[in-house]
Amino acid sequence: MAVQKDIGAYICSGCGLGDRLDCDQLEKVAKSDGRAKLTRQHEFLCSKAGVEMIQADIDAGDVSHIVLGACSRRAKTDAFNFENVVMTRTNLREGVIWVRPDTDEARESTQEMADDYIRMGCAEVKYQDLPAPSQEQGLNRNMLVVGGGITGMTSAIEAAKAGYNVGLVEKAGHLGGTAAALYKRVPERAPYSLPVDNGVDSLATQIQGNPRITVYLNSTVTKTSGAPGRFSVDISTESGDTTTENFGAIVQSSGFEPYDMSQLTEFSPESPDVVDQLGLEALAKEANGGAIKRPSDAKAVESVLFVQCAGQRSEKEGHLSYCSGHCCATSIKQAMYFKQANPDTDTVVMYTDLRTPGAGGEDFYRSAQKQGVIFTKGEVSEVTPGDTGPLVKFNDLILDENVEQNFDLVVLATGMLPNSGVNIDAPAPAEGEEVTETPVSILNLDYRQGKDIPQLVHGFTDSHFICFPYETRRTGIYTAGPVRRPMDIKQAMDDATGAAMKAIQAIENSSKGLAAHPRSGDLSFPSFRKEGCTQCKRCTVECPFGAINEDERGFPQYNEGRCRRCGTCMGACPVRVISFANYSVDSVGQQIKAVDMPDEFEEKPRLLALACENDAYPAMDMAAMNKVEYSAYVRAIPVRCLGSVNTIWITDALNSGYDGIMLLGCQKGENYQCHFVKGSEIAHIRMSKIDDTLSQLQLEKERVGTHEVAITDVERIPQIINEMAETVQKIGMSPFKF
Amino acid sequence: MSELNNRVVEKYRNNFLKEVEANVEEGDWVKMCMQCGVCAGSCPLGDAWEHTPQKLFMMIRAGKRDEVLSSDAMWMCTSCYNCIVRCPRELPITHIMHGLAHYAARLGLSPKNQPTQKFAQLFWDNLTKTGRVNELKLGLNLYFMNGFSEGVKKSLEMRSIGQGMFFAKRLNPMEILGGHGVKDQAGFHAMLDKAREIEDAKLDKFGK
Ligand code: SF4
Ligand code: SF4
Ligand code: SF4
Repeated sequence: MAVQKDIGAYICSGCGLGDRLDCDQLEKVAKSDGRAKLTRQHEFLCSKAGVEMIQADIDAGDVSHIVLGACSRRAKTDAFNFENVVMTRTNLREGVIWVRPDTDEARESTQEMADDYIRMGCAEVKYQDLPAPSQEQGLNRNMLVVGGGITGMTSAIEAAKAGYNVGLVEKAGHLGGTAAALYKRVPERAPYSLPVDNGVDSLATQIQGNPRITVYLNSTVTKTSGAPGRFSVDISTESGDTTTENFGAIVQSSGFEPYDMSQLTEFSPESPDVVDQLGLEALAKEANGGAIKRPSDAKAVESVLFVQCAGQRSEKEGHLSYCSGHCCATSIKQAMYFKQANPDTDTVVMYTDLRTPGAGGEDFYRSAQKQGVIFTKGEVSEVTPGDTGPLVKFNDLILDENVEQNFDLVVLATGMLPNSGVNIDAPAPAEGEEVTETPVSILNLDYRQGKDIPQLVHGFTDSHFICFPYETRRTGIYTAGPVRRPMDIKQAMDDATGAAMKAIQAIENSSKGLAAHPRSGDLSFPSFRKEGCTQCKRCTVECPFGAINEDERGFPQYNEGRCRRCGTCMGACPVRVISFANYSVDSVGQQIKAVDMPDEFEEKPRLLALACENDAYPAMDMAAMNKVEYSAYVRAIPVRCLGSVNTIWITDALNSGYDGIMLLGCQKGENYQCHFVKGSEIAHIRMSKIDDTLSQLQLEKERVGTHEVAITDVERIPQIINEMAETVQKIGMSPFKF
Repeated sequence: MSELNNRVVEKYRNNFLKEVEANVEEGDWVKMCMQCGVCAGSCPLGDAWEHTPQKLFMMIRAGKRDEVLSSDAMWMCTSCYNCIVRCPRELPITHIMHGLAHYAARLGLSPKNQPTQKFAQLFWDNLTKTGRVNELKLGLNLYFMNGFSEGVKKSLEMRSIGQGMFFAKRLNPMEILGGHGVKDQAGFHAMLDKAREIEDAKLDKFGK
């Protein structure tokens, strides 16, 4: 500690704190144990007068680091917003008085709780510095959009409208992607009654006339390096010419590949009169409003069957287990092609569940019914090439009977497969194993962690469906459209706009050294002490966002712009050389040590809760608001992510006499809720090895528990805490209290 | 099967849905059913039926003409309107049930000795005689619908109810002599004749 740290501790006696707690005692604790240079009390700290009192001390240069003993750090953030001072807030309201009964017996343990939180706050702030921007990246208002389909075109146009320059890369010789192959598309405006123009031409015209958009046709991205604000991208044409451009952020809208219908042998895919939906679009384009002719003999189609969910929503080998979302509406649209050309065409849509998501879906379905399209709930088991046309065997699920019927044409509603490039997490092929096809990379990222965006399930890029849809696990790179989940054109266009907005945010934030989602606005970034580093590579491997490269000597190379500031690297580091200015192994470790540890015979256990600041900690605050009580023995410390928990904290806590330790993080796995995607999962893996430490110390393994909780677990978290208190009562106090 | 039926079959060939749309009251709605099954689950009598409304609509779309028109199902509808209230697609199901029953009867395809149909005929004949329902005769006709001995048995069974109605002035024994009617009998019958004329004209579209 080179710089002088002058700690000021401010205790609020408002909101009932003064009635429930001995605030003079808290001031004393701050002075004696917390080594505060200055302490003050105020009966309404968040009021104008209270805030001015603090500001006066700051302005006078009396304090450089302040500890507020008041409400949760999540409350009154507007009032307690001081510049040029390091601040920590200890939670005496939600964390103490609101979770404890107001009784005489409880008074002592409640006060002990508050005393400890003051000690912890003072200890923490001593190990915190003011974060400063890394200066690693500058402002670059160019955006790269990879993929020139409907999604990419929309992203480009929206970004240009907002004043950003766009490089739009398309591997084909024209813009439009799959949408360009459609005769018409499903309407996205009322009255949702008939198919409308596919919309490609109008978007293409807007792009051609836009000075902010540069289109690279017949081109692919052959290298992407750098970080948000300073991506350097090689764009190569088919002939091999390469230009290198710089971009601030990237939108990947690489779309989808249609499912290969030849795999559905039971439906005679080789028969010319059995087509998939894109096949039918080609026939409709050819007919251009006239009678659609079947391929085998060019006879005008008089009867057509649409087989929904062909090779989809099925667990059969080679089928897609998911729903592609657009195909019901697409079949409805295609049935209308026939009805519009000739209302007497027999058009049957055979479905098990008809799904028409979106505002107009139901209206569009009804419109088809009005036009005389027949919808039959049934399951097609087989299509064989009959004499007069495909012979279809199906089971009518309502009438419960097996039927055979001839149609002129059969259309299979097959699904979409994401065009997401290389699966960087795929296990390497075993020796001797034949590699059938090597997927082509989309971004060719020059990242240590692999060439493309990590995938979640079924090859779709990893982004949280509900909470943060466009974020990928590569900061500053956003995915939109069917590469991220199956969707229709309307949804893809909404997606495109959303991703463009996120990319703009990334450009602006990174230019100031600020983090992107979810710690948007955070200035702190990880740095490491090279002298201590053993080049073990754990940080580079465990970082969920591929932020860390390696130099030639195997030392980690941080890219602050790519970092989400979760601290997973800090938790991973076995020699503890990674830290943030305001969050470090010490800033938490010293809080753990600052707690006053009563000796074994006082029968006052101490429990440590390391709670994720995104979900678990707010849930504890909400428990307090709902007057759910929990044990006075617990001391809770918010952490950026469970992934940032370094096992040294657990070892230290056990060694200094804590009786039980709880890690409270978010749901992990496929349906994760972890804001840092992998943090909670990694923490669980690390903690599965803590049993060794416990057995070395000859402690019971029940003393440490790792839990997946949600922000709604307002009752459950107090229960977890209370159960730990009971467990400790059962197995006895820790013998490590000195 | 009637001659009219043959002509209808000839006209619509195998497109039973179109036939229903053209000739059955509210038949236009059948194609709008989305097969959710809410009507089937809501009908208090659905369990007792050969086919639920949902299934009838699917059968129509599947072209099962004979099975639908000769079915006893739509005759069982009690007009409780539960289904209409609940159908998310707002189909006038009750009316379609009656429409189908009526159409089947007109084509001579309805099941023989269907009690609802028999009673409906009795009611019609009774009413159209004078323009007013003759409660006494309607009751007796109903009891004797299935023969003399059963009629006597039923009448004895219902005797106390009949007496109750008599004392409450709800049943007039003198009605047996012909009963009351509308004032303008001739006008009333002329009106019915005209209605029949219009109805018959409708059938002309099937040719003669
Ligand atoms: S683990 Fe988290 S804090 Fe560390 S470099 Fe990666 S994103 Fe940044
Ligand atoms: S109105 Fe008829 S069909 Fe509808 S629920 Fe009642 S009885 Fe059933
Ligand atoms: S409730 Fe309506 S939509 Fe549903 S099955 Fe019955 S008629 Fe069809």
